[in-house]
Amino acid sequence: MNRRRRVWGLKAGVWALGLFPLARVGWWVRDGLIGLGANPIEKVLLHSGWWTLTLLMAALAVTPLRRITGWNELVKLRRPMGLFAFFWATIHFGVYIGLDQFFEWTFIWEDIAERPFITVGFAAWLILLALALTSTRGWIRRLGKRWTLLHRGVYLAGLLGVIHFYWRVKADTREPLIFGAVFVALMALRMQWTKRRAKGR
Amino acid sequence: MLIGKPNDIPSSEITPRDSYLKRREFIGKTARGLIVAAAAPSTLLACDRANGKAAGGSAAAEQEELTPYEHVTTYNNFYEFGVGKEDPSELAHRFNPSPWTVEIGGLVNNPGEYHLEDFLKPHAIEDRTYRLRCVEAWSMVIPWQGIPLADVLNRAGPRPGAEFVELTTVFRPSEMPGQRRGFIDWPYVEGLRLDEAMHPLTILATGLYGEELPNQNGAPLRLVVPWKYGFKSIKSIVRIRLIDHMPVNTWKQMQPSEYGFYANVNPNVDHPRWSQARERRIGELGRRPTLMFNGYGDQVAHLYEGMDLSRWY
Repeated sequence: MNRRRRVWGLKAGVWALGLFPLARVGWWVRDGLIGLGANPIEKVLLHSGWWTLTLLMAALAVTPLRRITGWNELVKLRRPMGLFAFFWATIHFGVYIGLDQFFEWTFIWEDIAERPFITVGFAAWLILLALALTSTRGWIRRLGKRWTLLHRGVYLAGLLGVIHFYWRVKADTREPLIFGAVFVALMALRMQWTKRRAKGR
Repeated sequence: MLIGKPNDIPSSEITPRDSYLKRREFIGKTARGLIVAAAAPSTLLACDRANGKAAGGSAAAEQEELTPYEHVTTYNNFYEFGVGKEDPSELAHRFNPSPWTVEIGGLVNNPGEYHLEDFLKPHAIEDRTYRLRCVEAWSMVIPWQGIPLADVLNRAGPRPGAEFVELTTVFRPSEMPGQRRGFIDWPYVEGLRLDEAMHPLTILATGLYGEELPNQNGAPLRLVVPWKYGFKSIKSIVRIRLIDHMPVNTWKQMQPSEYGFYANVNPNVDHPRWSQARERRIGELGRRPTLMFNGYGDQVAHLYEGMDLSRWY
């Protein structure tokens, strides 16, 4: 298959995935705000948070997928996928700051300092911010070897995101645990390959 | 429309449901305008409302808007049907609340098992409009119909030694899919101290907005204790027992560091994972300050005199 076409198709897939949650919200509000239910802010927070985690897991799955299929062009998907995860993380954080807390900075700082699940969520977002800002070719050049080290932060962001979700839910830990299992599986795959490389295979 | 004391408002004053459905449209349209205005924090209506009117006691409730029927019946925490807020309204059609049997027992002179109609027959159904504050920090204002729990208990005749009331929800996993999962030790159990149960504010509700209780709201019989967090207001009750010891209520059993027996609404005692100082009134955009005892302090604070409420949460 034509490589260029494949890349184009995969990139289109990434954009479709990244924008689908937006389409979903559009669908809900087609008849008005009532489509978001009795607690629209909660619904959008949950929706954006879930998609942040999903896109983050998808971004983490790119390299394993590349190794399994041998399609090296998949590496081009890491940046758009990661940036979409950052996009939805920012929507999630923005809704929390602007609509949930109405820019009341005292309450927000108190939350970040005193509620562990918000502390880790904020930390995860800060990491994604740093990664987004340094995602350009200019920064790759500027940082050189340190760029790879910095961008390993995506693993920490993924872990913190799962913990944020797990600590947030009231009693039903099913979904956070599923995300946790996916994360562990993706990390385990990587560790296996790193071990193999270290052994010189 | 709202009352500070029982029996103040005749049912003729409750506005018909249709008017409230029209109000929902209005709220929907203005809410869209408010989203735009939300960029300028100081202009928010909800903040003004919160600072001005809700600051008082239960008397201030007269100025509060009822939560639209659509929200009351589609935004529910009723894990027996699922943990999503919309699960109960989507899945409750499987539930059949009729025929229904209520058992009264324990330390009473007149124990018995009653068909719901016979259970309710000796009592006059009253209108009670209450604030309901969920432990998750959202709240509603709901026009209930029901009977005082005190009348039911007096009829049963508490015996000496009866100090607590224990209430139990139906266990029917065939009609309640959430009960097939084991993360909660079904059936759901709640309890009150006898003086809390006998308080005039405490009711067994049989309807809302002038209609029979929808399944998702705890048909056909549920408790409403307006000065406590919503999880105390147990739904779809099949058993009421008077006992001599504090019952272990389900949420306390699940997570005792987060949920206690008393569960009085208290802005000064935070949930370990979130603040209880403010709440979102469903239908409003901003948050409003949470009131001590949900604004019913003038009627219930005396029940807790001398108690350290940060210990007895």
